[in-house]
Amino acid sequence: MSDQLILEIKGLRLESIAGNVIVDNVDVKVNKGEVLGLIGESGAGKSTIGLSSMCYARAGVHIAGGEIILGGTNIRALDADGRRGMRGKRIAYIAQSATAAFNPAHTLMDQVCEAPTIHKLMTRTEAEAWARQLFKALDLPDPENFGDRYPHQASGGQLQRAMAAMAMSCRPDVLILDEPTTALDVTTQIEVLILLKSLIHQYKTAAIYITHDLAVVAQVADRIKVLRHGKEVEEGLTSQILHNAKQDYTARLVAVRGAAASERAAQGTVKADETVLSIKDCHAYYGTFHVVKGVSLDVKHGETVAVVGESGSGKSTLARIITGLLPPKSGDIVFQGKPLPRSLKERTKELKQRIQLVYQIPDVAINPRQSLMEIIGRPVEFYFGLGRKEVEARASELMNLVELPQEFLTRRPGQLSGGQKQRVCIARALAARPDMIILDEPTSALDPLVAEEILTLLRKLQRELGLSYILITHDLDVVHRIAHRTAVMLQGKFVAFDATDKIFDNPEHPYTQKLITAVPEMRVDWLDEVLAHRKKAA
Amino acid sequence: MKILGHKPTLSAWFGLTVMAIFIFVSVFTPWLAPYGQSQNVGGTWDEPSMAMLMGGDQIGRDMLTRIMYGSRMTIGVALAITVLSFLIGIVLGFVSAVLGGWVDVFFTRLVDVMLSIPGLIFALIILGVFGSSIPVLILTIAVLDSTRVFRLARALGMNLTVMEYVEAARLRGEGLWWVIRREILPNAWAPLISEFGLRFCFNFLFIAGLSFLGLGIQPPYADLGGMVRENAAAINFGMMAPIYPATAIALLTVSVNLVVDWMLSIDARPSGAQAEL
Repeated sequence: MSDQLILEIKGLRLESIAGNVIVDNVDVKVNKGEVLGLIGESGAGKSTIGLSSMCYARAGVHIAGGEIILGGTNIRALDADGRRGMRGKRIAYIAQSATAAFNPAHTLMDQVCEAPTIHKLMTRTEAEAWARQLFKALDLPDPENFGDRYPHQASGGQLQRAMAAMAMSCRPDVLILDEPTTALDVTTQIEVLILLKSLIHQYKTAAIYITHDLAVVAQVADRIKVLRHGKEVEEGLTSQILHNAKQDYTARLVAVRGAAASERAAQGTVKADETVLSIKDCHAYYGTFHVVKGVSLDVKHGETVAVVGESGSGKSTLARIITGLLPPKSGDIVFQGKPLPRSLKERTKELKQRIQLVYQIPDVAINPRQSLMEIIGRPVEFYFGLGRKEVEARASELMNLVELPQEFLTRRPGQLSGGQKQRVCIARALAARPDMIILDEPTSALDPLVAEEILTLLRKLQRELGLSYILITHDLDVVHRIAHRTAVMLQGKFVAFDATDKIFDNPEHPYTQKLITAVPEMRVDWLDEVLAHRKKAA
Repeated sequence: MKILGHKPTLSAWFGLTVMAIFIFVSVFTPWLAPYGQSQNVGGTWDEPSMAMLMGGDQIGRDMLTRIMYGSRMTIGVALAITVLSFLIGIVLGFVSAVLGGWVDVFFTRLVDVMLSIPGLIFALIILGVFGSSIPVLILTIAVLDSTRVFRLARALGMNLTVMEYVEAARLRGEGLWWVIRREILPNAWAPLISEFGLRFCFNFLFIAGLSFLGLGIQPPYADLGGMVRENAAAINFGMMAPIYPATAIALLTVSVNLVVDWMLSIDARPSGAQAEL
C-alpha cells in the first residue's frame, strides 16, 4: 500500500498572523489514482489545506507545523526553488473561479503551455499538441483552434475546462480541485463534472476535490473527509459517509439535501383570490439588449413564487423591474389592484415601503460602517417617522423576529457571520412592514446548514406575517422546498409557470427536464446513472 | 502604546513626535517665543548666542522667534486651505458620483479645464489680480486644490455607489444627502484621511513656494517660505540664516509624510503580511 501513497500530510497546522489556529492537526493521505473529497462549510479550512498541500499559504497565514510528503520528498523542507520546481509539474491546482484565474491579456494556449515549457518537460510544439489533445478530451469547441482564444472569448464552463487542461498540462501526480463547479450553472456543472471525472480516471491522477456540496463530491470522490473549524470531523469511504455517518455533524450535512418537499405544508395559507402583484407581458432592455421578453406573472397573498433559471436568463432583471430600478419598456404591473408606476422616481414612499428586496450577498447588502441599530432602525424611522425610543423598541422586536440576540444591535456587520448578516438583511426588509419581499438568491452565498436555517426562518415569517415572496434562484432544491408555484426562465422568457409539484413531477418543456435532472442527488452512482441515461437517449 | 488602535512604527513615532512639537509650538507661540515677531533685537545675521539661539535675520529680528511665528502662520493657513479644499472636493465629488449624468459631466469637465492650467501660474494670476491677502490666498489655493480632491472623492464614490447597500438606500427612497453622509462617507474615510495628510503637505510647500516668489504671506508676518527668500543672501557670506527655516519646512514635510505612510499601511490589510512561498 505504501508504494501507492502519493501525497501524505501529517499533523498539518496553519496559523494566522494574529495567532489564530486556522487548521489544527489534520492528516491527509491520497493514493495514486484516488480522489479524496474535502468537505466543510466556509472557514472549515478546506481551501487552506488544499493550498498547503503544495506548501503554499495565503497572505496572513503561515504553515506552523506538520510534514507534507509528496512522492517521498518532504516538500516543507525544500527551499523556494525546489517548491517552485514541484508546483504545476507534480501537483497542480484548479481554482474556483476560472474567470478570475486566467490572465485576460494572454491567449488560453499561452497559459496552458506555460507550465510544461517553464519546467522544461516539453518544447512549445509538443506542449501545444498535448494541449489540443486535452482540449479535445475536455470536449471544448473546435479543439484545434480553441487555444487561440482569449479568456473573454470563452464561457464560464469552457474556462473551467481550460483550467483543467492547464492543470493537466504537466501530467501531475496530484490535482487539487478547489470548488471547480461552484461558480457554474447547474446544467453546466454536470458537464464539467462528467469531464473532470473521466479526465482523472483516464490519466489515473490522484486528486483532492474541495467543495461544500456533498452531493457533488459524492459523484467523484472515493473517500470523503469532513472538516469543521479547521479540524477533522471524520473520514470514510464515500458510501459510508452518505449512509452511515458516525458523527452528528456529517449526518446533518447529508440530511440537508434529503429534506422533503412536504415542508411546504407547514407554510401559511395562500389566499388564492387575493392577487398582490401581477405583471403582464413585460419587456425590458439594457440599452438595445432585449433582456426580458414578454413575461407575465402573478403572486397571491401569502404565496411564494419562484423564478428559476441560469445566469443570464433575465431573472435578476425581473427583480429590478418589480422594484422599479429598471423601468420596463412595455407591459403592465399591477400591485394590490392599482397600477404600479414603472420607475422608482414615480413611486410614492408608501409603494416603496410595501415591496422590499433581500439581496444575494449579505456582505455587500448592508453597510459595514453602520451598526445594526442604524441598519434596521433607519427604515422604521424613515417610513413611520417614529421617535428614538419607539425605533429602538421596534428594532429589538425585529431582532427577535429574525432570531438574533438583542445585544447584536450595537454591533457592526463585520462582527457577524454570513448567516447572521442575511438575517439582518431580512430584518431590514421586515422593518418596512412590507406586503411583498423579493428574495434574490437569498441562500446561494451561504453554507448548506446556514441556508437551511434561513429557509426555515423565511417560512416562519411567511406563516406569521402573511407575506408574499418572489424567490429568484438557480437552486432547484430551494425552490422545491419553499415555493408554491415555480416559473422556469430561459433567455428572457418563461418556458413553464405552474405549481411547483407539477413542474418537478411532470416537467414538460425539455429545458425544465434538463434543469431538474442536472441537480446532483445525494447518491454515489447518480452521475453514472445520468450518463447511462443520456447514452441510451442518444 | 497604540494610536487609532494600531501600534506606530519607529518612523511613524518620529513623524508623530515632530508633528506634535510643531503643533504645540504653533498653538502657544505668543507665550513661548522669546521676543515679538517684528521686534529688532540685534544686528543683521547675528551669530547665534545665548540671547538669540539661532542668531538674527536679515534685519536683526530673532530667528527662533520668527520660525515659531512662521510655523504658526504657515501651518494655520495650510490647514485652512486643506480643510476648505476637502469640503468642496468631497461634496462635489460625491454628488457627481451618486447623481451621475449631466451633473457628473459638468463637474468633471470643469475640473479637467482647471487641471489643464498649471496650478502655480493660475495662482499667480489670481493673486496678481486680487492682491495677496490671506483670505484671497486661502480661497485661491483651496479652490485649485479641490480639483484633485474632487477626482479622488468621485473615484471613491463611484466604487461605493454601486454597492448594494447604497442601492438598498435608494430603493427605500433616501435622499441624496443621506446617501452621501450615511452610506458613502463612512466607507471612504480611510483613503480620504491619508490624502488629507498628503495634500496638507503639498499646500504647505505651495505656500512656501508662493512666499518665496513674494506672492504668499506678506511682511511683517513671518512664514517659513518667505523667510528662506528673505535670508537667502546670507548663504553668500557662508552664514546659516536661511538654513533654519528651510530645515523647519523639510522637517514638517517629512514628518507628515511618515505619519501618512504609516496610516496608509494600516489601511492595507492584512498588515504587512506576505504569502508563504
